[in-house]
Amino acid sequence: MFEIFASLGLALDLMANGDSAFVRVVAISLELSLAAAVLGSAIGLPLGALVAIGRFPGRRSLIVSLNALLGLPSVVVGLVVYLMLSRAGPLGTWGLLFTPGAIVIAQTVLVIPIVAALARQVVEDSWNEYAEQLRSLGVGTGRAVRTLLWDTRFSLLTVALAGFGRAASEVGAVMIVGGNIDGVTRVMTTAIALETSKGDLPLALALGIVLILVVLAVNAGAYAIREWSAKHHG
Amino acid sequence: MAERPSALLRARDLTVVLGGVTVLDRLSLEILPGLRTIVLGANGAGKSVTLRALHGLIPPASGTIDWQGDRTPRQAMVFQRPVMLRRSALANVEYGLAVNGIDGDPRRRRAREAIAKVGLEAIAHRPARVLSGGEQQRLALARAWALEPDILFLDEPTASLDPGAAGEVERIVAAIAAEGTRIVMTTHNLGQARRLADEIVFIHQGRVAEQTPADRFFAEPQSQHARHFLKGELPWN
Ligand SMILES: Nc1ncnc2c1ncn2[C@@H]1O[C@H](COP(=O)(O)OP(=O)(O)O)[C@@H](O)[C@H]1O
Ligand SMILES: [Mg+2]
Repeated sequence: MFEIFASLGLALDLMANGDSAFVRVVAISLELSLAAAVLGSAIGLPLGALVAIGRFPGRRSLIVSLNALLGLPSVVVGLVVYLMLSRAGPLGTWGLLFTPGAIVIAQTVLVIPIVAALARQVVEDSWNEYAEQLRSLGVGTGRAVRTLLWDTRFSLLTVALAGFGRAASEVGAVMIVGGNIDGVTRVMTTAIALETSKGDLPLALALGIVLILVVLAVNAGAYAIREWSAKHHG
Repeated sequence: MAERPSALLRARDLTVVLGGVTVLDRLSLEILPGLRTIVLGANGAGKSVTLRALHGLIPPASGTIDWQGDRTPRQAMVFQRPVMLRRSALANVEYGLAVNGIDGDPRRRRAREAIAKVGLEAIAHRPARVLSGGEQQRLALARAWALEPDILFLDEPTASLDPGAAGEVERIVAAIAAEGTRIVMTTHNLGQARRLADEIVFIHQGRVAEQTPADRFFAEPQSQHARHFLKGELPWN
């Protein structure tokens, strides 16, 4: 028991003093997760909207694939990305394995199905409300998609935040494709795993606290956006 | 063409099937220019479906809808619950105009005029979805009015409004009609029907039971179903 409190004290010390190893890991982690959230949203949001209101051949298989991806263990996603990026793999020439780029790719693959599923729900609800009115005004499919994306912009922002949270808390896939290289591909989650196994609890705890704060901040942000938009935009 | 060449809209033997149920059953009706038509009927008679089919939102299983002349007239529809986009009141009106290819200065001018005509200038820049129900319905009327439609369908536009707001909507509908737009509207409020109607279309179980000038309808309905309906709906308000 005493050890936990001692570690906690040291952890708060690390955070307060801005310990360089600690700051480096946090910075890399946030940077890569942000990149993955942006990329994953850029692909996942339109994909979700398309599935929500589009009627095209292959829609069903797209839905099934997205759902399957949603349920896939992330280590398996990591393994597949690893195979793709490995020297002998189809994308081996990119030379991305064990680089931050590999992490962003793996995280993006994990973010896309979540963002697409949430966006689909948001856009579908809104489409159910708008469909007749838009058709009555003579709105075609292209403009309908743009109108829905714009009108659900606040909800979609919270969806993107959820994607960021997913990316930041990912560990298995990131470990496999990034290699947990100090100062390059070591992120909060993989650092926690490593430091804990080495017995360096203060650093692990400090990173764990930051991770919790990030997740809290993401949820608080999403909540605030929802409240604000409901009050000001209905 | 030979019989009544002046009809703005002529629906013949419209049959609409929804979820396996025949909701409109060979419904026929003519809309002549210049009148305000109120569609009455019991709950579930098919009033809403009739309006949506005429407006083109529901494809009929069979039957025809013919419009006068060689161009489809401009039409608009106002629903019981207005659907507002997440942008300002004014931007909602401009949106309808933009969809119909009206851009730039004419768009801004027409949108502002329509907003003014329904008495919403003061809140033109407020987000549409936080307006009250009555204000949103007036905004829906402005959005439709700005399109300068030849015919405007309204499906129980006052059903979820308090009497004050309903009166406003009624006044605006009369003003739209006075500018030459053909009105086809359903309502549950017989007082409103008497105030607004030039003619009544009475629908019973997916068919037109009668189409009668309003005075005559309320004095002496021609169909048994309408007689029962009027008895059941008394007193008028
Ligand atoms: N989408 C639908 N699917 C199945 N039945 C429907 C649908 N829409 C309306 N109906 C049925 O059609 C009939 C007429 O509906 P409606 O036109 O809304 O009646 P009202 O005269 O009250 O406006 C009702 O019995 C209703 O249950
Ligand atoms: Mg109805």
